[in-house]
Amino acid sequence: MLRDRLGLPGSKNACEQGECGSCAVLLDDELVCSCLVLAAQSEGRSVVTVEGLRNGDILHPVQQAFIDAGAVQCGFCTPGLIVAAVDLLRHQPDPSEDEIREALAGNLCRCTGYAKIIDAVKLAATAGGGST
Amino acid sequence: MNVLTPSTLDEALRHRAEFPDALPIQGGTDVMVDVNFDRARPETVINLNRVEELQGWRRDNGSLWLGAALSYTDVITSELASVVPALAEASRTVGSPPIRNRGTIGGNVATASPAGDALPPRLVEGAEVLLASTRAQRRLPLADFLVGPKTNALASDELIVGVRLTPCGQPQTFMKVGPRNAMVIAICSIALVADRERDELRAAFGSAGPVAGLITAPLSERSTFAEAVSNAASPIDDVRGTATYRRHALRVLVGRAMDRCLG
Ligand SMILES: Cc1cc2nc3c(=O)[nH]c(=O)nc-3n(C[C@H](O)[C@H](O)[C@H](O)COP(=O)(O)OP(=O)(O)OC[C@H]3O[C@@H](n4cnc5c(N)ncnc54)[C@H](O)[C@@H]3O)c2cc1C
Ligand code: FES
Ligand code: FES
Repeated sequence: MLRDRLGLPGSKNACEQGECGSCAVLLDDELVCSCLVLAAQSEGRSVVTVEGLRNGDILHPVQQAFIDAGAVQCGFCTPGLIVAAVDLLRHQPDPSEDEIREALAGNLCRCTGYAKIIDAVKLAATAGGGST
Repeated sequence: MNVLTPSTLDEALRHRAEFPDALPIQGGTDVMVDVNFDRARPETVINLNRVEELQGWRRDNGSLWLGAALSYTDVITSELASVVPALAEASRTVGSPPIRNRGTIGGNVATASPAGDALPPRLVEGAEVLLASTRAQRRLPLADFLVGPKTNALASDELIVGVRLTPCGQPQTFMKVGPRNAMVIAICSIALVADRERDELRAAFGSAGPVAGLITAPLSERSTFAEAVSNAASPIDDVRGTATYRRHALRVLVGRAMDRCLG
């Protein structure tokens, strides 16, 4: 639905079993794996994908931080991680490393080894990524 | 696929009576995996997300009512975390944040997996499952509702409304063995209560038999309890671990849980 009918390819269609997090979106401001939500279950509710995070031409601070920290390699996992990181910073604007790791535990990345991703979330936190 | 979205329990139960083959869906974290992998192709699903009567939790004359639609995140982030701490600990081990946001304690009961993490903490608290249909309402002890691996006592026209339990307020904990701290189906797990008021140790194991099982003993049998729990389990060898390892791990977990709860 999101990708083929609405033309929003950010959220990935990968494991289809809730394991990889690359399909993560915010459903009424709640982080969910979109592969486990029927389109009909989102009727009348707000759905924010990675495409919906930026403000016009200005990237969301979390998106910018992923670029600045070099947290993107192949980029497949990135949209899901960014949505999950945005969700974390909204609940906890100044997370510890353990909190970051717990919050991102449902997102798999085969490329980066996660260190730069954690750096990106820390960078986004100092840039006030939780305020948007 | 035809999706029915009732907004009241009455309406949901009428759908259930009219379409006995329809599949109820709440968080979808079990259902959608089966749908995506073509293990389930329901013609009709009953989306329970809007049924108010299944939401939330409340206190009722000293007992606790937990709605079927209560998510793991609800359990962890609400006052429930201190009222049913073992259930909250178990909830925190489920999947990942997005799974905990969507997955529900009612769905976990209905799925009746031997590895359902929210089951042992409710067995040690003597939970009852509240069921409803257009015919009647009934309640079953959780242990009787769990019939076998992935089979339960739900009739084809019934829905789980919630569970009821009386929090004992006694030291308790949940522990789970797996290769990671997240996204893990338990190799085995236990919930344990050291109930000084009733002079009783209660332990329930997961992933160590066809259903989650409950074992009790007087506090004076502390020294043999870990062995008793391990012997009461009937684990199998599978891809996640061997039966021998599971029995060993249960002994270790029960020992540690007793140390944690009794000092
Ligand atoms: C990536 C991933 C990780 C997971 N990790 C864990 C884990 O660590 N531990 C664990 O225990 N589980 C885990 N699960 C399984 C799942 O999340 C849980 O079993 C969850 O509690 C299911 O709840 P749900 O609301 O999503 O159920 P659904 O998928 O909506 O439904 C599950 C079953 O219950 C039935 N059902 C739902 N509500 C009702 C009702 N009110 N009345 C009658 N029938 C009903 C459905 O028809 C279906 O048969 C995981 C799943 C995924 C995808
Ligand atoms: S595609 Fe949804 S979690 Fe992997
Ligand atoms: S950057 Fe390639 S999977 Fe994460």
